[in-house]
Amino acid sequence: MKVVIDALRCQGHGRCFTLAPDIFTYDELGNGQVVGDGGLTEDTISLARLAQANCPEHAIDIEE
Amino acid sequence: MTDTRPPVADFATDWDHTDPQWVADPYPIWDDLRERCPVAHTERYGGGWFPATHAGVTAVAKDTENFTSRTVVIGNGRPGEDALPSPIGVAPPITSDPPFHQIARRVILPAFAPGPINALEPQMRALCRRLLDDMAGHEVVNGGSEYAQFIPTAVIRQMLGFPEEDEERFRDFVHIVIGGVNLPEEERIEQFMPIEEYLVHQIEDHQANPRDDLTSYLLNVEVEGQKLALEHVFGTIILVLIAGIDTTWSAIGSSLWHLAQNPDDLARLVAEPDLMPIALEEFLRFYAPVTMARLVKHDMEYLGCPMKEYDWLMLGFPAANRDPVAFKDADKFIIDRMENRHLAFGLGIHRCVGSNLARLELRVALEEFIARYPRFELADPAAVTWAPGMIRGPRNLPLRVLA
Repeated sequence: MKVVIDALRCQGHGRCFTLAPDIFTYDELGNGQVVGDGGLTEDTISLARLAQANCPEHAIDIEE
Repeated sequence: MTDTRPPVADFATDWDHTDPQWVADPYPIWDDLRERCPVAHTERYGGGWFPATHAGVTAVAKDTENFTSRTVVIGNGRPGEDALPSPIGVAPPITSDPPFHQIARRVILPAFAPGPINALEPQMRALCRRLLDDMAGHEVVNGGSEYAQFIPTAVIRQMLGFPEEDEERFRDFVHIVIGGVNLPEEERIEQFMPIEEYLVHQIEDHQANPRDDLTSYLLNVEVEGQKLALEHVFGTIILVLIAGIDTTWSAIGSSLWHLAQNPDDLARLVAEPDLMPIALEEFLRFYAPVTMARLVKHDMEYLGCPMKEYDWLMLGFPAANRDPVAFKDADKFIIDRMENRHLAFGLGIHRCVGSNLARLELRVALEEFIARYPRFELADPAAVTWAPGMIRGPRNLPLRVLA
């Protein structure tokens, strides 16, 4: 499983990297970025889903 | 200006965001509109629309084809083409439309990204502690005029790199700029003159003596090898003054107002500091301070309404945040609400550029206040006054400190 951010939808609200700093970070504009390749483990999936559920722009996708 | 307007009989056909009933408690009005309309109309201000639902607000916020941001604060009348600023706008990028908007936004985003903003935390914390020290020993403290109000004013002055000894003068200017948005054009221009002089002087001083602050950043940043036009630098400083102060001040004040009346929430925040980042978002959802406006670009049928060119469209982010279609138990403040896609900072390309800064200020202000005063209540509920207009928050907020 893998988490991705759609850069066209992300507007830099910053909810993802605040809620799940191990999975998400930000670029120089403050837009969300996935750390590494975005691969999720059983330990990190719930945090990724939490970030997804809080993104006002619906910019986070979790690929099965 | 509220005094000269007749009272509203029906907000569905005659809404007025400066009506005393709306100012005091708008939430029941919005609930009613959401069920009945859900897009309310008014002939006031030259004509305008107000979608009360999350879906309506979302559609408009993301639609830059049918709506323009050339003016984002509802004025006294209907703006005509001649009265409108250029597409760059007076305060870029908030008053800019694509494609210029993206250029102006890219210029300032790095200055408001988490890295540089988080670096401000120690000085912000020191500021809050100083304000709390000044109130020490008082049985009743004013969470608005002695605390919330001072925090963003001092933070923004520091960010811009304006002299500390100008603090009081700067605060007066800020009040004129914020209060002036409702005044007639001539009066506003006259009041604005000393402020313009001051800002021009500060800009010149920064040109002569560049330093590590936002004003120098704006003067030196380059877009495709070109520095910004001076009126662009000036406009962005105005934007920071208008958008960065009474907004955050209102959010801090509303949160304190809530905690003063909800001792269980206060006790939980005191006992569980890790809850703060989650609670912060619920304060922002439930008491979102900012309503913005757009202008309709052309005659059209939109959200089922016959909109006309240059009608106002009032974007009620606070109303969207209370829509039960979008939020479970939308009318309840749930301090540990885990799913919270609120719109307090807007949506789409105009997402508040200062949201990282605002969140940090709100968090630090609340953390420091409750660390000093773990128990407090409203000293006089009837004395609490709310700012009228498009930024909502308590101005007078007497709080009784409890042992």
